[in-house]
Amino acid sequence: MNSSAVKEKSSALQRFLAAPYMVWAVLFILVPLVFIAYYAFTDDNFSFTFDNIARFFNATSEITAESGEVTEVRTYILIFRRSVRLAVISTLICFLLGYPVAYIISRMKPRTQKTMITVIMIPMWMNFLIRTYAWMNILQDTGIINLLLVKIGLQPFHIIGTQAAVVIGMVYDYLPYMILPIYSVMAKLDVKLFEAAHDLGCTSFGVLRRVVFPLTMPGVISGITMVLIPSVSTFYISQKLGSGKFFLIGDAIEGQYIANNLHFAAAIAFIMMIILLAAMALLRRLAEIKFKGART
Amino acid sequence: MENNVIIDLRNISVSFDGETILDKLNLYIRNGEFITFLGPSGCGKTTTLRVIAGFLTPDEGDVVFDGKIINGVPAHKRQVNTIFQRYALFPHLNVAENIAFGLKQKKMKKAQIDEKVAEMLALVNLKGFEKRNVNLLSGGQQQRVAIARALAVDPKVLLLDEPLAALDLKLRKDMQVELKNIQQRLGITFIFVTHDQEEALSMSDTIVVMDGGKIQQIGTPTDIYNEPKNAFVADFIGESNIVDGIMHKDRVVEFSGHTFDCVDGGFNTDEPVDVVVRPEDVDVVPIENGMLTGTVTSVTFKGVHYEIIVDIGGFMWMIQTTDFVGVNEKVGLFIEPDAIHIMKKSEYSGKFGDYSSFSNELDELSDAESEPEE
Repeated sequence: MNSSAVKEKSSALQRFLAAPYMVWAVLFILVPLVFIAYYAFTDDNFSFTFDNIARFFNATSEITAESGEVTEVRTYILIFRRSVRLAVISTLICFLLGYPVAYIISRMKPRTQKTMITVIMIPMWMNFLIRTYAWMNILQDTGIINLLLVKIGLQPFHIIGTQAAVVIGMVYDYLPYMILPIYSVMAKLDVKLFEAAHDLGCTSFGVLRRVVFPLTMPGVISGITMVLIPSVSTFYISQKLGSGKFFLIGDAIEGQYIANNLHFAAAIAFIMMIILLAAMALLRRLAEIKFKGART
Repeated sequence: MENNVIIDLRNISVSFDGETILDKLNLYIRNGEFITFLGPSGCGKTTTLRVIAGFLTPDEGDVVFDGKIINGVPAHKRQVNTIFQRYALFPHLNVAENIAFGLKQKKMKKAQIDEKVAEMLALVNLKGFEKRNVNLLSGGQQQRVAIARALAVDPKVLLLDEPLAALDLKLRKDMQVELKNIQQRLGITFIFVTHDQEEALSMSDTIVVMDGGKIQQIGTPTDIYNEPKNAFVADFIGESNIVDGIMHKDRVVEFSGHTFDCVDGGFNTDEPVDVVVRPEDVDVVPIENGMLTGTVTSVTFKGVHYEIIVDIGGFMWMIQTTDFVGVNEKVGLFIEPDAIHIMKKSEYSGKFGDYSSFSNELDELSDAESEPEE
């Protein structure tokens, strides 16, 4: 058999093996997206309209401040900005915690590395609703932390129902998604590169800044993507840990959906998707300019 | 001690997981010399290099650099730079940025850096390569960038860890010449690690032959080749027939059932010794003129000569001759007194120097293996 025949055969095999994935992707990724776009731009009678989109930008509500002053705000813009703010804070904390963890794990013995990665992944095997409930119990005014504080004679503190509690919940949920992609890039780095940098005069911090960080940029970008996007669109965490006081965009979509406003729910989802895609494209572009050659 | 010593290793011991890698090693290196650590995988040559570079702190002993003990000095503060086996170029930086890496660390001005980079590129014949992606360079070009990067920071000593092992034969020969030229031009000390004896012989001022974490012999290439100290060195450097002998008195030795005149002395009367005879120093003569006689068991054509294996009383000798002889032919062998080198018995006696299991293929295979990473 000549080599081109082998090649042809294998590519036919590849196409055959890829077919189920293609079907899956079309059915569960492409079709839902098309439906969301379709619903976003139609009304209840399925005739074309921009009303849903306009409602996202124009809907207003009144907020009463503690002083009794009433201000009018654009409801969904406010919710969206709040979602982005909390998501960015969570992502930043995930990065600051996750990067050193990934670095430390990648420097361990191979066997220990495997164990550590398993430990990090174990919580992901449990349903996130259950994990969120667990955090409710931990952070409550009568939760474990406060019970312990009282036991050792310290003042209990109130955190449940604050934005901090929501951020804690998000960081906890999404931290593995930051650690894993960074770790996978870091583990593949050649140790000789670190030695070469030391040899050329870098301190440990210098090695991190001038060699490790630029080379792990692809992992950082994936990590940020994998944390930022789900945390912007998250729901439920804010309802439980924020005691429902910090309505997020995910909650808004869920709420509209439950209220059977499918078209408006689709419009919110559609706008959020477009903004996130644009943000990620921009992030990637910036990283490429700054760390050329660090592309995956 | 002489004042031109740049590095002095005193009683260096290193072990990993209870296994001794370096065993009370003592060695001094003169400023400006091209010194080679030569030995098989696991002999401790790379470990010695890492101790000098500062990547490894010895369990015992002192590393003295320019008269100062530098045991605790980290790698980034040593005036020593390394060329790594697989170059370890920074993949996210281009050629010029790689070379400038150490200079930027020194906070040099941009104009100065650019000047130095240009100078280094000229030194390694890579002018015009500034903006190239290092990942797309050939092995030889990557090697040159690595050399330029290490030399850019003006090290007093350059450490080279099997730098040519990944190159093909032709390129390796060219780079040997080029490295030697660079060393002579800059006049700095090169410490070169290799398992390739030919490379060591052709490049070095001094060769340090190592095995089992110990230095077996230090000397010039000719010393090492002509006057090996023990069977290990004789076998590792070039081809050797190593036979048991008895030193009857100065300049008289008996081996293989014949008494020979030789040029060595200083042994006890009738002391058992190892006798080394290089394959090219044995003449094939008619049986009646031979000091020894044997039967040819194999003949291999090598281009400039034939390599024949001769069975002399059960011991297989390798002999290189330009005259054709046939397999199973009986031949006489003649050995000049100065072709016979006498060595004291050592732990290596009887382990090397018999060609009964010799195979070209195996020889090449064992040459190709390189030192495993620690």
